[in-house]
Formats: sequence, C-alpha cells, structure tokens
Amino acid sequence: MTTVEQTEIEVIAEEADRARVETPFQRFRSDFLESHIATAALVTLVAIILVALFAPVIAPQDPYDLSQVSVLDSRLPPGTKSPDGYTFLLGTDGAGRDLWSAILYGLRISLTVGVMSGFIALIIGSTVGLMAAYAGGRVDAVIMRIVDIQLSFPAILIALMLLAVFGKGIDKIMIALVAVQWAYYARTVRGTALVERSKEYVEAGQCLGLSSNRILFNHILPNCMAPLIVVGTVQTAHAIALEATLSFLGVGLPQTEPSLGLLIANGFEYMLSGRYWISFFPGIALLLTIVSINLVGDQLRDILNPRLQR
Amino acid sequence: MNKRSAPTLSVRDLRTHFHTKVGVVKAVNDVSFEVKSGQVMGLVGESGSGKSVTGFSIVGLIDPPGRVVSGSISFQGEELVGASEERLQKLRGNRIAMIFQDPMMTLNPVLRIDTQMTEAIRAHRDVDKQTAWAEARDALGQVGIPSPEERLKSYPHQLSGGMRQRVAIAIAFINKPDLIIADEPTTALDVTIQAQIIHEAQALCRKTGTALIWITHDLAVVAGLADHICVMYAGRIVEEGKADDIIDRPLHPYTIGLIGSVPSHNKRGQRLYQIPGMTPSLLNLPPGCAFRNRCKFDDQECLIEPGTTKPVRGRQVRCYHPQRAETVT
Amino acid sequence: MTAYVIRRLMQSVVVVLIMSVIVFFGVNVVGDPVDMLINPEADQEDIENAIRALGLDKPVGEQYLYFLKNAFSGNLGRSFIFGEPALQLIVQRMPATLELAIAALLMAVFIGIPLGLYAGLKPDSSTSRTIMAGSILGFSLPTFWVGLMMIMVFAVMLGWLPSTGRGETATFLGITTSLFTLNGLQHILMPALNLALLKISLVIRLTRAGTREAVHQDYIKFARAKGLSPHRVVFVHLLKNILIPVVTVIGLEFGSLVAFSVVTETIFAWPGMGKLLIDSIQQLDRPVIVAYLIIIVLMFVTLNLIVDILYSILDPRVRLGEREA
Repeated sequence: MTTVEQTEIEVIAEEADRARVETPFQRFRSDFLESHIATAALVTLVAIILVALFAPVIAPQDPYDLSQVSVLDSRLPPGTKSPDGYTFLLGTDGAGRDLWSAILYGLRISLTVGVMSGFIALIIGSTVGLMAAYAGGRVDAVIMRIVDIQLSFPAILIALMLLAVFGKGIDKIMIALVAVQWAYYARTVRGTALVERSKEYVEAGQCLGLSSNRILFNHILPNCMAPLIVVGTVQTAHAIALEATLSFLGVGLPQTEPSLGLLIANGFEYMLSGRYWISFFPGIALLLTIVSINLVGDQLRDILNPRLQR
Repeated sequence: MNKRSAPTLSVRDLRTHFHTKVGVVKAVNDVSFEVKSGQVMGLVGESGSGKSVTGFSIVGLIDPPGRVVSGSISFQGEELVGASEERLQKLRGNRIAMIFQDPMMTLNPVLRIDTQMTEAIRAHRDVDKQTAWAEARDALGQVGIPSPEERLKSYPHQLSGGMRQRVAIAIAFINKPDLIIADEPTTALDVTIQAQIIHEAQALCRKTGTALIWITHDLAVVAGLADHICVMYAGRIVEEGKADDIIDRPLHPYTIGLIGSVPSHNKRGQRLYQIPGMTPSLLNLPPGCAFRNRCKFDDQECLIEPGTTKPVRGRQVRCYHPQRAETVT
Repeated sequence: MTAYVIRRLMQSVVVVLIMSVIVFFGVNVVGDPVDMLINPEADQEDIENAIRALGLDKPVGEQYLYFLKNAFSGNLGRSFIFGEPALQLIVQRMPATLELAIAALLMAVFIGIPLGLYAGLKPDSSTSRTIMAGSILGFSLPTFWVGLMMIMVFAVMLGWLPSTGRGETATFLGITTSLFTLNGLQHILMPALNLALLKISLVIRLTRAGTREAVHQDYIKFARAKGLSPHRVVFVHLLKNILIPVVTVIGLEFGSLVAFSVVTETIFAWPGMGKLLIDSIQQLDRPVIVAYLIIIVLMFVTLNLIVDILYSILDPRVRLGEREA
C-alpha cells in the first residue's frame, strides 16, 4: 500500500489513460506492441511456427529419406558444399544429415508435442478446475489437495516417474506432459472461477433460472480466459523444454521421432572432439522458441493481469 | 526579530509535481505557510488535494516520478529544498518527525517494537542499547501504553490499531523534535480512540513546545485541536487563518461547502449540504480558479487564477468572491 | 504451534501413503511385477522363489501390504546390474547428489539475492535491465543445453575446468565432500552453476518483486522518516521482510534441485543418484528405479515439512497462528 496521495495520483493518471476511446482489441494490440522486445518475440515465434509448418517445402533435403542422406557426408562443418550442389548451411550430423533440414523437422516434432500436450492438459485441467469451483465443499477440497500434492513435486520428477514405468514413445511422453501440466490449469481456472462465481452477474443468472452448465460455460469460463491464455503460453514453453530434456536423457522420444532434444543428444558425443555445431544449432533453435514464447507470455501477463496494470 | 516569533517552518511557493506517463500532475502548486514553535497547524483538504504530498515534500520523502520543482522550505532558518540527502536524513526523525495514516502499515511487521524504537534513538544520538531501551520504555509509558516493558518485546501484529498508533507517536516524539508532521493519524481509528490519540498528541506538543502540522480531511478533528488552519484544494491553499475564524466565518466558497457538509447538532433535521461536482483531475486543471466549476459564484473574473488576498489578522483567501456562510447553506 | 506441526506431520504421512500406492500400482498393476522386480536372466526356479519372496502370488491387497513391509524394512530388491541391494546403491550415491544440490542452492542465494535486490531498488538503471534480461534468459535456457555449452567453452575450448566426474574428496568434521579440496571444487563448479542457473533466475525475480513491493510500503517510508541510514532501511527493514518468502521458496526448491540433478549429473557424469536413475532406466534395472522413486518421495515430503515448520518459525505472524491472507 502506497501512501494515499501517491495512489490517488496513479488513479488519476490511469483514468486519463483509459479515456482514450478504443475497442478492447485495439487497446490490447496497442498495449502489446508497446514493448519492442515482445513485438520482436512475437514476430520470431510466428516465423518459427511457419518454418516448422512448411519444413518439407523449405528444407533442402528430407533428412529421414535414406536415399537423400549419405553417411559419407557425416560431421561436415557448417558451410560445406554438398555433393548434390546445395550448401550444408549448418553442417551435417553424425549420420550425414543436413543439420538445417533436421532442425526444421525437429522443430515440427517439438512444437507438436508441446502444443498438443498443452492443449489436452488445458481441456482436462480447466474442466476439473471448473468442477471444483462449482461443486465446492468436499469435491473441491479433494481435487485441490491432489493438485497441491502434485505441484509440490517438480515436473521433471513426475515425468521421469511415469516414463520409468511406461517406457519411451511419443504417446507416452504426451501422457507424461499432460499429467505434469493439468494441475496448473486446474488451479488457475478454479481460482478465477471462484472469484467470478461470487460476483453478482452469476447470481443474476441463477435468478433467471439458467442451467448450471450454461452459467459455467457461457458465463464463468469466458472470464477465466485471460489467466488461461497466460498460463497456457508459459506452460507450452515448459512442455517444449521438458520434452527436449527428457528426450536428451534418452527417456523421452525414440530415435524415430527426432525432436530438437534428441538432435542435441546425438551431437553430445561429437562435442568433446570439437564438433560443436551438431549440438549447438538445434539448441539455438530450441532456445529461440522457448525465449520467444516466454517473452510473449510475459507481455500477455502484464496486459491481461489487471492487478499489475499501472 | 526575537526568537519566539521566528517560525519553526516556513514554506514559500512550494511546487511538487509528478511527472507521469500521461502528463504532469501538479500535486502541490504554489503553497506557502508558516508554523511557529508550539503551534498546531491544521492542513485540511479532500483526498487528492495535495496535503499529504506537502507533508512529504517537507521531509524530502517524495519518490520519483515526483519532485519538488520550485519554492523554498525553510526549517529554523535552514533551506531544505536542494539540501543533501545526508542532511535531510539527520533531520528526519530527529528534528522533524512524521506520523502516518495507517498504524497497521507503518510499523515493520517482522521487527519487534523495541528494535523499531531504539533504532530511531540510536540513529541520531550516541547512546548505548540499555539507555535507548529505557528511553523507549518511558516513551511508551508517556503515550499511555500499559506495561510498556512487555509491549516492547512484542511484534506489531500483537497490538491493536490504537496501540500501534501510540507506538508510532511515541517514536515520533522520542528525539524531542521541533516539528511533527502528522498525516491523517486518526483516520483509520475508531472515534473513541481518535479522541484519545488527539488528546495525547496535543498534550505532548504543549509539554515539549513542538510545532505540529496535522494533516486531515476532517474539519471537525482540527476544529478543537489546531490554532491555525490552511484549507487546500487542488494543490493550492485556498484559505487560511485562525482556527476559530475559519470554522465560524469561512470566506472561500469551498471552505463554506466543507463546513456545511459536516453533520452537527444545530443542523439536525436539515439536509446536509453537498458540494456539487467532483474534484478536478490534477492532470489538466482548467485555467483560472480550480473550484470554478463547482462554485455558484463563478463568473468571467474567475477564468483568471485568483491571487491570495493581503493577510488580515493572519487571514488570507484565494477567491474573488469571499462569502459569508449564510449565503451558501 | 505444536498442533500445527502435528497436523502437518499427519498430512505428510498421508502423502507418503498415497505416493506408495501410486508407485505400487505403477510397478505391480500397470507393469508386470515379475518383469519389473526379478532379473529376467534368472532361471525358472529362482523366479518362482523370488515370486514367493516378494509375495507376488498373493492377491493385490496383500501384495501392497507386502510391498509396504518390504519398503519399511529397506528391502527393495537387488539391482540386476550391480547385484547389490537397490537401496544401498542409492544411499551410496546420495552424498554426491546432495553435495551438488547444496552447492547450487548456495549459488542461487549468494548470486540471486544481491542481484535481485539491486534490480528492485534501481529498477530503471541499465544494470538492472541487464540483470532482468539475464534472468529471463536463465528461465528460458534449457538446462541440459547450457550444460553442454559450458563443457564446450570451459572444458573443450578453454580447457580451464574438467568436464566430467567428481573430484577428490576430503573428510572434515565427519563430512566427506569434494567441497573441501581444490580439485573437488574445480569439478563441482560447472555442474553446480549449471544446476543453479534456473534457481538464480528465480531468486532474482522473487527478490526483485519483493523489493519493488516493499519499497512502497508505509513501513519503509516510516523507517526513512525516522532518519535511518539507507543501509539500515534496506538491509534490516526491507531485506528481513522479503527474505521470508524468498527463503521459503528456496527451501522448497531444494527438492527440485535434487530432481533436476538428474539432468546435470547425466551431462557432467557426476556419480550421484540422478545418473544412477537414468542409467537404470536405460538398462531396465527396475529395482533401482523403484527404490529411487520411494527415496525421492520420502525426501520431498520431509523437505516440505521442514520448510513449512521453518517458515512458521521465521515469520512472527505465522508463528502465532494468525496467518494473514
């Protein structure tokens, strides 16, 4: 709490700021673009997603088509000319694959796993969270206790436990990532929904005799969107990093699904002999992806969280 | 000039502005007043009138984006505007002390009362811990706290709001300052406690000869306490004078409105007066008199900022149309 | 206070029991326990003996009780690879892991708090902006990749630091650790920093946020109005208030450090529990996996309990059971 007078001055300034007439979306857009870093991050992120989507078109070679790859080309440094006439922009890996192409394909896998698991976790988590908030009492207490217990263990540990039992595989790592993330969404939605539920418009809806489903999904859920979007972006970045880590450790994706984490792991053995690029460039791609998602997420949080708004 | 009548504090043309993202907030805009030793000055105004900022300007505790832009604050003949931080630090808590509004927030929640009291003593005087502790104990006794030894060992949250404010007052008086600035010190308290605290503060000032600036939005509080009253509106002092004069014969339409809106015995059954409209935004004050839009006497003349009238028996008003109370209410 | 501790203790016991049920189900119901716990290379007779010894011929409910009993008596099976009791293997490697985690924790505290404090007190200075940019990066950088890059730069290119293994250890006051030898310190520097990176960023953020909030509090302004030196205002009034939440979080993060050491140990070939776990997963040495999971759950629950109790001692408001929202 600041001194009364200081707070008042902030309120005055804020009101003057609000007075500009804008639609909510315009306001959101202009707020977002106010930060140059966040704008740059957003542009980078969109570029990464496009590049991953169109990987087969952009990549000079299909790194997993054996007819296009030759072991004779393995471990070539960046910039070497390939026998087929194009340049190995970022060099080649231990199996002779063009690293740039491998990264593009790897991005696809990493993004797919991260986004899909995040989305499934979001659906499961928000449903559970809404239920907890709406049911209250015992149900709420039990659900939230489970959430609390789960969140008191680090994500990587839970994922390791599950993968140790289940084994490798793209489906298994998705299950592990969903299991790790759902609790965050459940907690977020429940928290917001509880606040919303106590508001008058919900009471008004109940007085009008609206069904509880309708109140839940048409009235309360839309108000949970802002925090969900923020948690969602951050969680997606986490999921991508976690998948990479687990794949690097050799307990995540199998060699047939070479995500960025696996590419980095495969380059590890060559690094001690100075062939840095095989691990370095996939790492940069991973880093750019995670940093840009996090920066976009940070900015979204600043805009969407009314408590932080100055 | 003899020493008794020389003012303890003299503020001249003070301007404190806040440079925010959306513009300059002129929180204090050309304020002048004086406080003499042993005098109680009431600084009255609505929230946002700049009264607290005036208080913080005096002790140099205005944080960015705020800044004292111009003017002079002379404390016992020493200029404080532009004084070094080290010098201000020596004065603060020592010669000029402050009491804040919310006693729940002013004491550090994780430090014991004795720590918070003795550090105030030892920051300004070279005394050992035992002496400081004994002084702190006596100071608590003086503000009417029972079993002070025990209270010293407690944490703030173990005390009631009234108790905490007494502790804050004891801290303010502990180095026998020449000036105390009390920023709405009773607003957050129950009415009965309020009266006790006011009584306590008044008695201490009388005893020590400390000058007191009592900042409040509540005219009723200062009516019985202050010798002199300054009424602030939108960063300016619009009227000042002896407390009785202001209460009994207000001149500025705003002061008249303020007094009219205080419930009292003689107005029972009558409708309470409301000042129409709202306090203007300090960001873009209209030209001329800031009260113009809410004033029923406003005319062409008021489009030009009124100056302050020549003091008559310490009485000044910033208005072209000074009124007598009856004409408004 | 006592009631609070007892309540927390009961909670912890419940959590351990729930987790034991989950681990048990993972091993005995989802997986095939015969596969999981008995060496596949053993002959038929041995397998049948083991099945009886582990109680796998009993109904599920009884099996769980067997499992609990075995777990309590420290009998979690023998490692297929090492032929030693799984529990013993884990316990042997625990000191190396704890040493790494503690070193990382100390780094997080002694690097994170000063930087966060600075960034909170002077939010607009360019140094603060650099600190905050670094902390965002620290949050986003995948730990394992940073570890690789550290090896590449400091071990391969510059040759300053050894890239793998734990150095010499020395015993002092009954504690054997590599922190007491120069060679040991050289070996631990990179892995510990790698492990600490994320936590340094976290501590910077927490400290900065706490500082930014606290500087506007009335009690800080009041402390300044008392004429205290800026030094005392910052290091006593401010720091003591923000340290409480920061210390709590750091304490809770210790467990996460132990968990994340799985990654760091694998990269730097650090002979701790984490590397053992990954090796065991890859070699399907299941008794060791189960033992690791049980040990780590116990560790976490104990840790959370200790932190909660410590927190209640640190914060006078909680200590008296008047926790404010």
